[in-house]
Amino acid sequence: MTTISSRREPQQMVLRFDAVQRTAHWLNALGFLTLMFTGIPLYFGSFFGLIFARHTIQMVHLWTGIFLPLPLAVAMLGPWGRRMRSDWRRVSQWTRDELRWLRRVGRSPLAADKFNPGQKANAVFTVASILVLFVTGYILQWFRFFPVSWRGGATVTHDVFALLVFAAVAGHVLLAVTHWDSMRSMIGGSVQEKWVRHHASAWVTDDVLETHER
Amino acid sequence: MSATTPSSPEKVNVGRRLFLGLTALGAAGVVFGADAQNFVGKTFGSGFAALLPGGDRFRIYSITGSYPSIKPKQFRLKVSGLVNQPATFTLADLQAMPSLDMVKTFQCVTGWRVPDVPWRGVPLSHLLKSAGIRPGAGAISFDSYDHADSESLTIEQAHLADVIVAYEMYRAPITREHGGPVRLLVPQMYGYKSLKWLSGIRVVDRVQPGYWELNGYPVNGWLDGTTGATNPHPQLS
Repeated sequence: MTTISSRREPQQMVLRFDAVQRTAHWLNALGFLTLMFTGIPLYFGSFFGLIFARHTIQMVHLWTGIFLPLPLAVAMLGPWGRRMRSDWRRVSQWTRDELRWLRRVGRSPLAADKFNPGQKANAVFTVASILVLFVTGYILQWFRFFPVSWRGGATVTHDVFALLVFAAVAGHVLLAVTHWDSMRSMIGGSVQEKWVRHHASAWVTDDVLETHER
Repeated sequence: MSATTPSSPEKVNVGRRLFLGLTALGAAGVVFGADAQNFVGKTFGSGFAALLPGGDRFRIYSITGSYPSIKPKQFRLKVSGLVNQPATFTLADLQAMPSLDMVKTFQCVTGWRVPDVPWRGVPLSHLLKSAGIRPGAGAISFDSYDHADSESLTIEQAHLADVIVAYEMYRAPITREHGGPVRLLVPQMYGYKSLKWLSGIRVVDRVQPGYWELNGYPVNGWLDGTTGATNPHPQLS
């Protein structure tokens, strides 16, 4: 959007997300959005029950929930998931500086890795919340196998984690649309090398650059 | 790490900690969430608990996807079947009968619950007594204005003192979404037994499983989870 300057020489591009990662991300996003949009009328049933067919919404929510972990799992576990797995290790491993950066909400100096601590936390939260929402959703759907107190607890937990997901997704989308350079790498896969130098300097120093010419 | 990169900082597996922390929180929520909710409800009041996600609030279910709209003036409750005196009652008729006030916890089979709901209605036993049950009757079937839901109770269950044909909830007419103007209330059983938009009471020879029972719910939906001493259809539970 703002790259009028360097037309003459081919830009050095760095691959940030391969096709497997991008596909997994967007399928996962589609699943999350479907679950969020069907979850709202299920939660506020007394209001939306007049407008929508609850049973249909319930079935869409249920089946989307059942298949939601699939894109991430397939991308992670297949032979094609080398980058997926190495990035998962990357979001798990934090330096002390990164912890401090997150505690100070970005107001401390940091030579960022491929992902900044906020992005790392978001990735871990997403996977953990999928697990928690999947299990509690299972309890809510097949409640007969669980004691009543667990059904009640699963209801509370499902609702609380759903609320956290709404907050996280809202923040994620807001940051994505206001950081178009980063956002573009989830569409096309690459970032400019100068973006790397500016936003992910620690990534360049300890990782091999995979470049291709544009 | 080689000696040429001495600045390579020590790494902490924050991902694992965060992941385990969140999933442990989820597991604790499942096991202790209901108790925590009760505690919040008792300490700060159910009104406050209802504001929290997952708090003490009704989830409105409807089989048909909409709520029947019944004008109170046009409401009729038909009592029929194996009775000496079949009858049709208006809302005013019901309101003129002896009534029972009670405050009960509404417990859904799927887990959510709403404590301290005040109800008022006619004891079902009163309606059955005035209709006069004929010999050979073994159960009561209930019909709904939504033409989809149905419920049933054994004769013994129907005579429990707290089973009422309710017309007030929270000291006001029952709203459409909660099954108004008139619904069944069986407080000792899960919510699905408390049929909404009640239109008919039929005395029949034996229990006919209702909508939810045909979809796998226990015919005897006792809150304590037992199938009940009078359970004639245990195979469905």
